[in-house]
Amino acid sequence: MNKSKDRAWYALFTVPLFFVFTTVVIVPFLIGIYYSFVKWDGIPANPKVFVGLDNYVQLFQDGRFLSSAWHTVEFTVLALVVVNVAGLVLSLCVTAGLRVSTAARTMFFMPNLIGGLILGYIWQYIFTDVFESIGRQTGFDSVFRNWLLDPQLALLATVIVFAWQMAGYTMIIYIAGIQGIPEELLEAAKVDGANGRQRLTKIVFPLLMPSFTICLFLTLSGAFKIFDVNLSLTKGGPVNATEMFAMNIYNEIFSYGHYGFGQAKAIIFFLIVAALTLTQVILTKRREVQM
Amino acid sequence: MRKTGRRLSEVLLFCVALAFLSPIYIMLVNSFKNRAELYKNALALPSSFSFQYYAEAMEKMNFLRAFGNSLYITIVSEIFIIVLSSMTAWMLVRKDHRLSRFLFMTLVATMLIPFQTLMMPLMQVMDWIRTNLHIPMLNTRGGLIYMNVGFHASMAVFLYHGFIKSVPVALEEAATLDGCSKFGVFWRIVFPMLKTITITVAILDVISMWNDYLLPSLTLSDKSLRTIPLSTFYFFGEFTIQWNLAMAGLTLTIIPIVVFYAFSQKYIIRGIAAGAVK
Repeated sequence: MNKSKDRAWYALFTVPLFFVFTTVVIVPFLIGIYYSFVKWDGIPANPKVFVGLDNYVQLFQDGRFLSSAWHTVEFTVLALVVVNVAGLVLSLCVTAGLRVSTAARTMFFMPNLIGGLILGYIWQYIFTDVFESIGRQTGFDSVFRNWLLDPQLALLATVIVFAWQMAGYTMIIYIAGIQGIPEELLEAAKVDGANGRQRLTKIVFPLLMPSFTICLFLTLSGAFKIFDVNLSLTKGGPVNATEMFAMNIYNEIFSYGHYGFGQAKAIIFFLIVAALTLTQVILTKRREVQM
Repeated sequence: MRKTGRRLSEVLLFCVALAFLSPIYIMLVNSFKNRAELYKNALALPSSFSFQYYAEAMEKMNFLRAFGNSLYITIVSEIFIIVLSSMTAWMLVRKDHRLSRFLFMTLVATMLIPFQTLMMPLMQVMDWIRTNLHIPMLNTRGGLIYMNVGFHASMAVFLYHGFIKSVPVALEEAATLDGCSKFGVFWRIVFPMLKTITITVAILDVISMWNDYLLPSLTLSDKSLRTIPLSTFYFFGEFTIQWNLAMAGLTLTIIPIVVFYAFSQKYIIRGIAAGAVK
């Protein structure tokens, strides 16, 4: 009696959530695997033709897809470095005990709350008209020109916008890490005659390893999956030079109506994201210093 | 000597912070300028402050409507997420058997799936429900709320799960002996103790749902249902050449975020730090 009552409570508490979760995540994921083996244009009346692994074979011959994969790798590597260096430097600045620290922290974090779409639009204006205007006035028009027309610069522009958004975020995590370092440890090192640089590299950085894990993981997956900024800043242009993985999948499915083929790309995308995240978590967990 | 150095670095840090926010400055000043002024100097202050472009942007974006939609969708989704995931997480922690562990592992594992992998089949599932069960899942705010709950469930349960593990059971047992039902125990005793993590979950979800573009763009097609990111997208597509108007529109979209940030800054920063560390 009591046992069945317990079960009823268990069901009452968990079933609603798992019902929604199953219909929104699990079922789409599973039928998504099925869709990746068919050829279909998305129109319900048209047949879904089973083509086996054809979509996956075709995917490795799709030049635009491969180059979007390459842009994503380039972008992710640059973003990882810029975001984490910036976040770390900012966190060291605002934990130095200066009086303006709180205000500065507030300001550095601000862009993170604004959505990627809106950030991209603000910067689109800056990289086009504002840069041209500065170039006209100062004469430095070799630097200050329309960045979004140049394939390399447009990619760099995307990195800058992404870094502007994420630096404050990683800063918050590094601050939490820095504040977790016991004061006595740094005092002891100071007494032992370690200079500022030594204290930073020998004590602060090793003890920040858990924060590095988190930040690298967050920037890696964030950068790899970038979509909103990509859409609003460059729309993938000029001539697809900044079209990233996520946008390529979106275009393949919804712009060209290649539902099956696009879904195969989406499955590959999932496998890469999952592999990257798992490897990264395992690797950095191993290197953390035990306190 | 040391003191002036300190003062100097304070000023320097503040200047860096100001420079960091220069894009916001550029957006603001140019939202007041006319065409000629825009061309002349994009960095200068405007010669006059007229709110003409704001009025126009507000009307063209149907801003109040979009704001209402965003607010409604975010708040209702958030209430469902908090209620359902805290209840689920509590059961999963307290009844620590094989089924619970399996359910929890499934939730955590799905956090690896990027949205792009789910978006197309999800639309097919929702379309199927609409045509066969006649429940309007697409192009309704309710449908979007349902999907929001599904997508944010795993992260929320994960955060609650970690937190509840450190909550002592003694109080709950005492209440059960006093004849309190599970429902009563949870809502009267446990939930009030989850305040900190509830704030974290709420902040993380609110930020991501408020700014979400892709899912609403796939589900909502009616003009009257557009959220702020959606109406910004359509507005910007139409008025890119008129930068003053575009900047006024973008400023409008940022105002609610700045207000929210000003009032709950402490919680936001704490919530972000707590959410990320998990």
